[in-house]
Amino acid sequence: MPTRRRALLILAALAGLAQLSIVLALMVGSIAINPTEVLATLFGKGDGMAGDVVRSLRLPRALTGFACGGLLALAGALLQVLLRNPLADPYVLGISGGAGIGALLAIVLGLGVAGINGLAFAGALAAMLLVFGLAHGEGGWTQSRLLLTGVIVAAGCGAVVTLLLALAPDDQLRGMLFWLMGDLSQSGDPQLVLILLVIVLLIALPFARELNLLARGADIAQALGVAVRPLRRGVYLVASLATAAAVTHAGAIGFIGLIVPHLVRLAAGNDQRLLLPASVLAGGSLLVIADTLARTLLAPQQLPVGVLTALIGVPVFLFLLSRAAPGRY
Amino acid sequence: MVPGLLSTHALSVGVADRSFCHDLALTVQPGECLAILGRNGAGKSTLLSVLAGLRPPAAGAVLLDGASYERLGARASARIRGWLPQSRSEAFSSTVLETALVGRHPHLARWDWESEKDARIARQALAAVGLAELAARDVQTLSGGEQQRLSIATLLAQAPRLYLLDEPLAHLDLNHQMATLELFAALARDEGAACVMVLHEPGLAARFCTHALLLFGDGTTQQGTCDEVISSDSLSRLYGYPLREVGEHGQRWFMPA
Repeated sequence: MPTRRRALLILAALAGLAQLSIVLALMVGSIAINPTEVLATLFGKGDGMAGDVVRSLRLPRALTGFACGGLLALAGALLQVLLRNPLADPYVLGISGGAGIGALLAIVLGLGVAGINGLAFAGALAAMLLVFGLAHGEGGWTQSRLLLTGVIVAAGCGAVVTLLLALAPDDQLRGMLFWLMGDLSQSGDPQLVLILLVIVLLIALPFARELNLLARGADIAQALGVAVRPLRRGVYLVASLATAAAVTHAGAIGFIGLIVPHLVRLAAGNDQRLLLPASVLAGGSLLVIADTLARTLLAPQQLPVGVLTALIGVPVFLFLLSRAAPGRY
Repeated sequence: MVPGLLSTHALSVGVADRSFCHDLALTVQPGECLAILGRNGAGKSTLLSVLAGLRPPAAGAVLLDGASYERLGARASARIRGWLPQSRSEAFSSTVLETALVGRHPHLARWDWESEKDARIARQALAAVGLAELAARDVQTLSGGEQQRLSIATLLAQAPRLYLLDEPLAHLDLNHQMATLELFAALARDEGAACVMVLHEPGLAARFCTHALLLFGDGTTQQGTCDEVISSDSLSRLYGYPLREVGEHGQRWFMPA
């Protein structure tokens, strides 16, 4: 268990990493912009083309990426505790599947960005309510019932998504695939997701120590003074909304929600008081870095960012896993 | 009338259409140790989790210090009673000391971090069950008996006044079985705590507990002091197997006849 001081040090280091990743994202691209210019534009003094590129293109995209990465990592950490399953990720309960149906439907119908986002969010909410309603049988839900219901609803959504892909005209297929793999190029105004990220984190943090107990089992938590029922519902709701918001803005970016909480856990332990904010910072940074690579590696060709998150995440994870002290994991 | 540290009124407990006890009036005072005896599936653990406020009774009320769990709330309840689960599994890795520290949760305010004092209490609890040397070990590498002792240490760190123990001797070797029972008997005798424990060995119940509750599995129960309730006749009926009492040095043991 980290002391409060050590937790703050780790968070400060991660906050530095987050800033670095964003500055890097602002510098790199088809027009290279040096750090002094980036700083100048950020504080409102830059003008000309560099200023335009940074302010209207790269900054919104980097901030959206950071917020979405943070939301996904936070949702993953919360669901791993809720389901007491280290393999849980934000998509395991079918939320991304529901959003996927909504988004693809909007693309098929030829709606614009607002329409895609709107239908994706509606789909995510519908999947969330469906799983919550179905899993809530007699005597409340158990982890396995919730997990099974979520997995089945996700599988059903996956089938509908495949159906939509099969029926869609060829010229729309590429857009659909990019949405499914995760894509930040259409992200728009970052304000909403950033505010949501802050709200979700502020809601979750006061309950962090109770989540530590919930991770050890519902009965054990209840016996130690946690009001388990409202806590579990709250966690489900918050994690679902965080996932829905991220998926709506950036598509179903894989891997961040699964791997970032594990990275933090391997490096700093499983105390949610540190794990939750650290996952937000690490998840946000990872997605910003991945997105920067996605749009520069094969420029002018843009790669789906979901591929990059996996390509970065897998080796880092394997390295940390092999480095972990013998006897752990 | 003194309400008792734990009391039940007209308590009925059952699962689906099976009834384990009916109209049960139970009172446990500080200093007392109550053993719950019964066959497999007779409802011992279910009754214990009802007493711990973890599941609702079919009918009746459970009172801690005269107040219901709803009135006390989860946190205040946790400072009065602790519950030892029959088994637990750790989904995530953490150290032995971190796990024992979890017991301090009900004593900490929302934004508190565990203090030096909490760490000291957790270390004392680990020492009391002989795990002091394993404080830095990962819980996922512990043996079954070590995990059981860690659960007991977590409970000791919680420092409740009422200990509800579901098979406290599970997975323990002989010397740790005796040490565990002596530990809880001493908490009741010397510090005014109370214990309710599910046991499978009537001889140990007679030796370490003051009272016993027999669950016959068909909804009937029998309760009283160990001397009144634990006899070869009642136990033979309870377990459905003839038992013979053997006495030595003032201790009573029950042998399958």
